[in-house]
Amino acid sequence: MLSAINYSSMITFLLDGTVKAVELFFLTIVLSLPLGLLVARLRMIKFKVIQLPVKFYLLIMRGTPLILQLMFFMYFPPLVLGIGVDRFMVAVFSFTINYAAYFAEIFRGGIESIPVGQQEAAYVLGLSPFQTFIRITVPQVVKRIIPTIAGESMTLVKDTALASVIGVTELFRNAGSLKATYSSVIPFAVAALFYLIMNSVVSAFFSQIEKKLNYYKG
Amino acid sequence: MDEILSVSHVSKSFGELDVLKDMSLTVSRGEVVSVIGPSGSGKSTLLRLVNQLERAESGNISVCGQVLCHNDDKGRAVYSDKATLKAIRLSIGLVFQSFHLFPHYSILKNVTEAPVQVLKKSREEAEDTARVLLKKLGLSDKESAYPYQLSGGQQQRAAIARTLAMNPQMIFFDEPTSALDPELTGEVLKVIRSLADEHMTMVVVTHEMAFAGELSDRIIFMDQGIIIEEGTPDAVFSSEHERTKQFLQHYSK
Repeated sequence: MLSAINYSSMITFLLDGTVKAVELFFLTIVLSLPLGLLVARLRMIKFKVIQLPVKFYLLIMRGTPLILQLMFFMYFPPLVLGIGVDRFMVAVFSFTINYAAYFAEIFRGGIESIPVGQQEAAYVLGLSPFQTFIRITVPQVVKRIIPTIAGESMTLVKDTALASVIGVTELFRNAGSLKATYSSVIPFAVAALFYLIMNSVVSAFFSQIEKKLNYYKG
Repeated sequence: MDEILSVSHVSKSFGELDVLKDMSLTVSRGEVVSVIGPSGSGKSTLLRLVNQLERAESGNISVCGQVLCHNDDKGRAVYSDKATLKAIRLSIGLVFQSFHLFPHYSILKNVTEAPVQVLKKSREEAEDTARVLLKKLGLSDKESAYPYQLSGGQQQRAAIARTLAMNPQMIFFDEPTSALDPELTGEVLKVIRSLADEHMTMVVVTHEMAFAGELSDRIIFMDQGIIIEEGTPDAVFSSEHERTKQFLQHYSK
């Protein structure tokens, strides 16, 4: 059994999948964080016209399985709208709007935890609401939510495996192909190791950020 | 006398609770007015209304010659346009009981942030002014420190520097020493005293009776949303008014 595995081509094939996973990860993070902040801000606007759609979006995204959301966005356009879609783009889109929902609630919790005195002090000094939000509120929110964002990022690394259900050739799918080829579970073990390495990098990155933000307390 | 603040028939409630009831007062330029009274008397609400952190239901408020709000014919307060409101905000300052310094900024940046962002001063100009203020307030060696590294008294002095950097015509203090350990109140009161010597118009809500007596041109005693009594420190402290006597006896030494 073992002698049948061509290790170098296995590693290469798994690395290809890893690159795909990393691409998916980066695109999702870069798009969903700003989107999440925007949604958090919208969620806090006191008009029902805006709040209700936002709350609905948050409920759907966090209340249904991501794997089903992926499948929905893959099959809905061709079946209902008659247009073709690229698997990878669908994955990026679906992951982005899903994670943006989680980030939005994390941001909102962070924003609401900043003492109102901060906003009041900024206001009496003459700063505009926008200036206050960007310069006073958001920097403090970021410091508070870094540990939670780190956790969500590590979940995202692992969630990239879900893109396999719509045929994206990421790490998990490639490991599955190799299992079929070689009738061995070793590819999965190696895949697990690759996920661990990716998440170790993510974890170390956020630890660094936490350290940098510790230049002040409070 | 140059009237710098005019509050006339102002009312404010929070739900069922009437916090200010048809309150009126004026302050002249260069005056130091202390506002004393029990908790819930509306003293802080008055300061917050003038500084636009709350909205009055009815009344007329004018600050530095500009109208903040006035009564319409139904007796409801109508506020001026955004530009006027902003101009008023820039002409006065408020020092909070809990300082509310920006924790992610150095002391220097706390003081320069508003001048740079709001008054559009250059960073160099703002820093020069900030350094002069910090020196005056005894905080020169703390310019690169962060708020969490400072004592309460130092933080409050930094907060005062931050307010002064915007060159206000009048400063409001909302119980500036109430959150401080007794040993630290002196350094803050000293700063307020020096501002009084420079003829800064100030309204100070405080429980420090000796300070209020020594520093104020006028003392206003408030209870349950109205002014019970106002007058010179001597007049108020020796008042025969029941409520005033009752309140002050808690502070007699």
